[in-house]
Amino acid sequence: METLSSLADGFAIAMTWQNLLLAALGCFLGTIMGALPGLGPSNGVAILIPLAFSLGLDATPALILLTSVYYGAMYGGRISSILLNIPGDEPAMMTCLDGYPMAQQGRAGEALSLSGVASFIGAFLATWGLILLAPQLVKIALLFGPAEYFALFTLAFATLGGVSSTNQAKSAFAAALGIGLATIGVDTQTGVPRFTFGEVHLYDGIDFLVAIVGLFALSEVFIFLEHRHGSADAEGKKIEIGRITPSWSLLKYCMPTMLRTSCLGFLAGVLPGAGASLGSFISYSMEKKLVDKDGTFGKGDPRGVAAPEAGNNAAAGGALVPMLALGVPGSGTTAVLLAVLLSLNITPGPLLFTQNPDVVWGLIAALFIANFMLLAMNIPMVGIFTRVLLVPPRILMPIVAMVSFVGIYGISGSSFDLQVMIGFGVMGWVLRKFDVPLVPIILGTLLGNAMENNLRRAVTIDNGNWWTLVDSPLALGLWTLAIVGFILPLFFGKIVKAGMTRKADAEGSTRD
Amino acid sequence: MSDRIFGAIGLLLALGYAFAALYIEESFLSDAVGPKAFPLIIAAVLACSSLAIILRPDPEPMWPGLPRLLEILFAVLVMVLYATLLPEIGFVIATAVAAAYLTWRLGTAPLWSLVVGISTSVGIYIVFHLILGLSLARGPLGF
Repeated sequence: METLSSLADGFAIAMTWQNLLLAALGCFLGTIMGALPGLGPSNGVAILIPLAFSLGLDATPALILLTSVYYGAMYGGRISSILLNIPGDEPAMMTCLDGYPMAQQGRAGEALSLSGVASFIGAFLATWGLILLAPQLVKIALLFGPAEYFALFTLAFATLGGVSSTNQAKSAFAAALGIGLATIGVDTQTGVPRFTFGEVHLYDGIDFLVAIVGLFALSEVFIFLEHRHGSADAEGKKIEIGRITPSWSLLKYCMPTMLRTSCLGFLAGVLPGAGASLGSFISYSMEKKLVDKDGTFGKGDPRGVAAPEAGNNAAAGGALVPMLALGVPGSGTTAVLLAVLLSLNITPGPLLFTQNPDVVWGLIAALFIANFMLLAMNIPMVGIFTRVLLVPPRILMPIVAMVSFVGIYGISGSSFDLQVMIGFGVMGWVLRKFDVPLVPIILGTLLGNAMENNLRRAVTIDNGNWWTLVDSPLALGLWTLAIVGFILPLFFGKIVKAGMTRKADAEGSTRD
Repeated sequence: MSDRIFGAIGLLLALGYAFAALYIEESFLSDAVGPKAFPLIIAAVLACSSLAIILRPDPEPMWPGLPRLLEILFAVLVMVLYATLLPEIGFVIATAVAAAYLTWRLGTAPLWSLVVGISTSVGIYIVFHLILGLSLARGPLGF
C-alpha cells in the first residue's frame, strides 16, 4: 500500500506539462537514436546528457528526459534490425533473426508493430518488477557497511565484462583503467593532489561526462570514418512496410512467449553487468527450445521477434533495480544514467528511497508514461521512424560530433575539456579495435572514488586491519559471488558470445 | 601480435602509474590507508590483466590501411583545431568548417558538404542558442 501511494505521488510529479513534454521528446529522440545503426542507447543518452545539463533542467525533469531516451532507444533498436537486417544496437541483434525474414515476406509492418507490443509488455512488466523488487533490495542494502560496499563494487566490476566481452583479462584491464582515471585529482580524504602532473585543470579530476561522450559518441564517428560507408547499404533501399496493426490472433499467439521472456529478461537485467544483450539472447534461446517444434525460428516466426524484444526491454527495466537500490548499474546505459544522477548530486543507493523519494517515484512514474507514449508512437508512427533510416550517416555523424561538442562546451565552457574529450574519443576507437569493453571504463571512472572511500573507511574504522574486508558473512558472500562471477565466464562466456555471433552470422547479418 | 604490444603498453602504463603513486606526497592528516594504497592495488590489477593479455592474445584485429589511418588522424587534428579555435572565431564559423570537413571526408561531394556544414552549424545555433538559450562560444562577429 505504501508503495502504491508513493507511486501516486510519483505520478503527480511526472504528470506536469513540462515533464510530459520532456518524456515525449525523450521517447521520440530515443527511438530515432535507437533506430540508427551504430547509435545505441548508451550513445544516445551520452550525447543528450550534457545537453540536459546545459539547459539547466532540475534533477527530476532531466532524469525523465534521459530515461525516456533510454527506453525509446531500446524500442528503436528493432527498427533497423527488421527493415535492414542491421541491428541498431547489440541487444537488437537477435531480433534480426526472425524480423528480417518477416520483412522479406512482406510482413515488415506486422513485425514492427508486434515487436512494439512485445517491447511494451517487456518494459511494462519490468517496471512493475522494479517497483516490487527495488524497495526489498533497499532493505538488504541498509545492512551494508563500507566493507560490504567495497565488496559489492568489486562484484559489479567482476561480473560486468562477463558476458559483454569474451576476454576477462580485457574486462579487468578496462575496469582498472577506469578506476585509475577516477584517482586523478585531489584526494578527498587528505587533500593531496594525485596524478595531476601540476596541471590545474586536473585538480577536480576528469569529468565523467567528458569521458563518456568521448568514449561513446566520438569513437563512433571515428569508426564511421574508418569504414566510411557506415551503413551505406541502407541508402536508397526502398523500404516496404505493409500492414501496420497486428491482428488479435497474432497477438494472442505470441502472448505466452512475451510473458515468459519478459520475466526471464527482467531477471537477466537485475544481475549486475549482464544487461539487455544477455536478456535478448537467453529469451530467444529459451523460446526456441520451448516452442520451436517445426523449426520455423530463424525463418520469420513472429514468436522469434516477440521473444528477444520483450526480453531486452524487460532487461532494460531490470537493470534499473540494482542501479537505484544499490548504486551499482546493471548495464552500460544504466552506468551512463548513474553518471547523470551523480552529476545532479543525487547518490543512488538505499538512502535515495528515503531522502529523495520524489526523484525515485517521479522517475518510476515517468517510466510508465514513457512506455505508453512509446507504444502510441511506435504503432501508428512507425513510418516516420523508418524514414530516419534514409538519412545517410555521412550527414548524420558530423551532426552527432557537433552536438557532442556543443553539449560539453555548454557545461564547462572550456576548450581543455573538449581536447580531453577528443583524447577519449581516440582512446575509445583504439580500445574498440582491441575488443576492450568500454562500459567497465565508464563504471570505473564513476565508481572509483566511492570504491576507494569505502575501502579506506572500512579499514580505518577497524584500526588499519585489512581483514575487516572479509569479516562479515555478507561481505564474504559478495566476495564469493564476485570470484564466481569473474571465473564462470572464462568457461561459459565464450560459448554464449559464440552462440550469439553464430546465430546472427548464420542469418547473414551485415554488421561488421 | 597486436594484443602482445597492447599488453606491453598496458604493463608500462601500470608501472608508470605505480611509480607515480609511490611519489604521492603524504599529508600530515592521513587515514590508516593513505592516498597511495588504492592506486597501488589498481596498478597491480592493471599489470596482471596486461600480463594475461600478453600470454593469451586474441586473434589479430582488423587494422585499417595507412590511408584510413591518416583519415582518422586528420579528423582528430581538425577536431583539436576546432576545440582550440572555438572561443577565438566563434561557434557558427568554427562549427560550419568542422562539420563540412567531416561530411566531406565521410563521402559527400565538396560543395554539398559545405552546404551541409553551414546548415548543421546554423541549425544547432538556432535550436540550442536562439530557442533553448544555451550559451555557445561567441567570436569577434558576435556569433
